[in-house]
Amino acid sequence: MQHLLEVKNLQTTFFTPSGEVRAVGNVSFNLEPGKVLGIVGESGSGKSVTAYSILQILTHPGRIVGGSVKLHGQELVGLPEEEMRKVRGNKISIIFQDPMTSLNPVFTIGNQLMEAIILHTQRPREQARERAIEMLRLVGINEPEKRIHQYAYELSGGMRQRVMIAMALACEPDILIADEPTTALDVTIQAQILELMLELQKKLGMAIIMITHDLGVIANMCDEVVVMYAGRICERGTAPEIFYNPRHEYTRGLLRSIPNIDNDEKSRLIPIMGTPVDLLNLPKGCPFAPRCERAMKVCLNQFPEEYWVAKDHIASCWVNVLEKVGAPLAELGGQEAAQQMAREGEEAAQ
Amino acid sequence: MNSKFLIYMFKRLGMALLTIFLVIAITFFVMHAIPASPFSSEKAKSDAVIKALEIKYGFDKPLGVQFLNYLWGVLHFDFGLSTAWVGFTVADLIMGGFSYSASIGFTAAFIAIILGILFGCLAALNRGKWLDSVIQVVTTALVSMPSFVVATLLLLFVSFRLGWFPSLGNQPGGMVLPIVSLSLYPMAYITRLQRSSMLDVLGADYIRTARAKGVKSSKVIYKHALKNALTPVITYAGPMMAYILTGSMVVENIFSVPGLGRLFTNSMLRTDYMMIMGVTIFLAFMIILMNFISDVLYKVMDPRIDLA
Repeated sequence: MQHLLEVKNLQTTFFTPSGEVRAVGNVSFNLEPGKVLGIVGESGSGKSVTAYSILQILTHPGRIVGGSVKLHGQELVGLPEEEMRKVRGNKISIIFQDPMTSLNPVFTIGNQLMEAIILHTQRPREQARERAIEMLRLVGINEPEKRIHQYAYELSGGMRQRVMIAMALACEPDILIADEPTTALDVTIQAQILELMLELQKKLGMAIIMITHDLGVIANMCDEVVVMYAGRICERGTAPEIFYNPRHEYTRGLLRSIPNIDNDEKSRLIPIMGTPVDLLNLPKGCPFAPRCERAMKVCLNQFPEEYWVAKDHIASCWVNVLEKVGAPLAELGGQEAAQQMAREGEEAAQ
Repeated sequence: MNSKFLIYMFKRLGMALLTIFLVIAITFFVMHAIPASPFSSEKAKSDAVIKALEIKYGFDKPLGVQFLNYLWGVLHFDFGLSTAWVGFTVADLIMGGFSYSASIGFTAAFIAIILGILFGCLAALNRGKWLDSVIQVVTTALVSMPSFVVATLLLLFVSFRLGWFPSLGNQPGGMVLPIVSLSLYPMAYITRLQRSSMLDVLGADYIRTARAKGVKSSKVIYKHALKNALTPVITYAGPMMAYILTGSMVVENIFSVPGLGRLFTNSMLRTDYMMIMGVTIFLAFMIILMNFISDVLYKVMDPRIDLA
C-alpha cells in the first residue's frame, strides 16, 4: 500500500565544531491522507528537526545523512533543490511556533501571502490577491481586504498565527506540518487556533503532522502518535493505544507527569527523574535507560529494536521483549543497572 | 498619517533651525576669542589700513552687534565677503568648492555603499569560508588605516611608481585617486556593518518561513533578508554622505583638489572669519539634511518605525 508520506530510517546530524549531534536517528513513520499524526517529546528530542528534515529546510550545519522520505511514493531525499522548492509550500506546508517572528516585518501580509500563491500556481497578481483575501477570510480574519495591506506588527499573536495558517494552506497542500503552533499563544487563543486547524482539515482534507509537547493537544486532535526521545522514536501507535496502553517507560513517565485536577492540592507533580541525554554522546543502549526506573543491563548495552506490542502499536523497549520472552527482570539488574550507569557517568565526568 | 507627517516635518525644521543657530553662535564667539585677526600677516600693515579694512568688513562694531548683523545676513542668505580671497563672496566660494567636493564625494559614497553592501552580503553568505576571511581581514585593515595613510600610499604607489593616474586632482583622470581614497574607509565600514546585520537576519524565523514557502534562495536573500538588513547601513550612510560630500580636508590637500575641504583648511590658516562661518554652517546644514533623508529612508525600509 502506498502511503501519503513514508518516512523511513531518517537520520539527521548537525556537524558542529564540538562534534556530531545526531538530532534524529532512525525515525520511521507513515502518514495517511486526511489523518492527524502527533509527534510528542520534550525539548531537544528531535521533533522539529524531523519536520525540517522532511521539508529540507535545515540550516547549516544540519544535514540529512541517511534514510528516505517519500511523498506519494516519490523520494524527496536527494531531490534537486529546484524540484524540492516545488514541494515546499505547495505539497507540504509548515507553520511555526512563534508567529511574532515568523512573518517578515517589512512586507505586508498580502505581499507574503501572494508570494507563495504566485510562486506555485503562476496566477496573475490580481487573482493571487483575490485568493489571498479568500484565504484570510477562511482562517477567520475580519476585513481581509484591509488586512492584506497591513504589516505583521499591526496584528495580534493569534491573528498572525491565522495568517501563517492561511499562508501555509493557500496552495492546498497535502500535508500541513504544525510545529508547536500554539506554544507561544495565550491559552484561549490556543484553543481557537487548534479548533481552526481541525475545521480547515475537515474542509480541505489535508493530513496534519502535529508537533507538540502538550499531551492534551495530542489527545484532542491526533489519530496516531509518535513519541520521541533523544532523536529516536520510543513508541508509536494509535492515540487510544498510546494513552491507554503505553508500553514504553518514557511514555508512561510523560503520562504520569500530567497534572490531574482531581488530585489533592498538596500532592506533588510526578516528574521524570534525571536530565535529557547529551546528544553529542549518545549511550550505546537505550537513550532513556539512565532515567528509566525499570532499566536492565541489556538496556544499557543494546539499543532496543522496534517491537510490535499490538496491532498498530510499536514500542522500542526491552521490557516488552522480556515480558514476552519471560526472563525474570530481577536477574537482569533493574534499577541497580541504572545506578551503576549513573556512577560510571560521574566517574567519567571526574 | 499625512497630518502626522506634517507635524513631524515642522518639528524637524524647528530643531534644524535651533541647531544651526547654536552652531553659528558657538563658532562665531569662539572664533572671535582667538588671538588673531583676518588682517594680521607677516607683512606689517599700518594701523590706518587695518582700521579702514575693519570698517569695510564691519569688524569695528561691538561683538554683539556684529553677531546680530551676521545673523541678519544669514537670514537673507548673505554670508558676507571673504577676507582672504578679496572680491569673492563666501557663498560663491563655497559653491565653487562644493561642486568639486560633491562630484568626488558623490561618486565615492555611491561606490562605498554599493560595494560595501555587496561585500557584506558575500561575507555573510560565505560565513567561515575563505572569502569571508579575506573580506574580514581586508576591511579590518582599511577601517584601521587613517585616510592620510591610505591617500599617501595611493599617491606613492599608484601615481608615482606605477604612473596609472595623475597626482593632481585638476588633471584629466586626476579624480580617480581621491575618489578611491575617499571611498575605501566607508566601504570597509559598510561591509562590516552589512555582514553582521545580514548574519542576524539570516538566522531570523521569517527567513525560515520564506524558505518553507518554496521561495528561491537567491530571492530569500535579496527580498526577505536584504530589506531587513539594510537599516544599520542607512544609519551610518546618512552622516557619512554629509561628511564625504562636503569634502575631506586630508584627501583634498594631498591630491590638490580645489574642493570645500581644502577651502576650509585654507580659510582657517588665514583666519577668514566669514569663510569659516560659512563653511561651518554649510556643513551643519548638510548633516541635518542627510540625517533627515536617512530617517525618511528608515520609514520606507521598515514600516514599524514611527517617525512622529
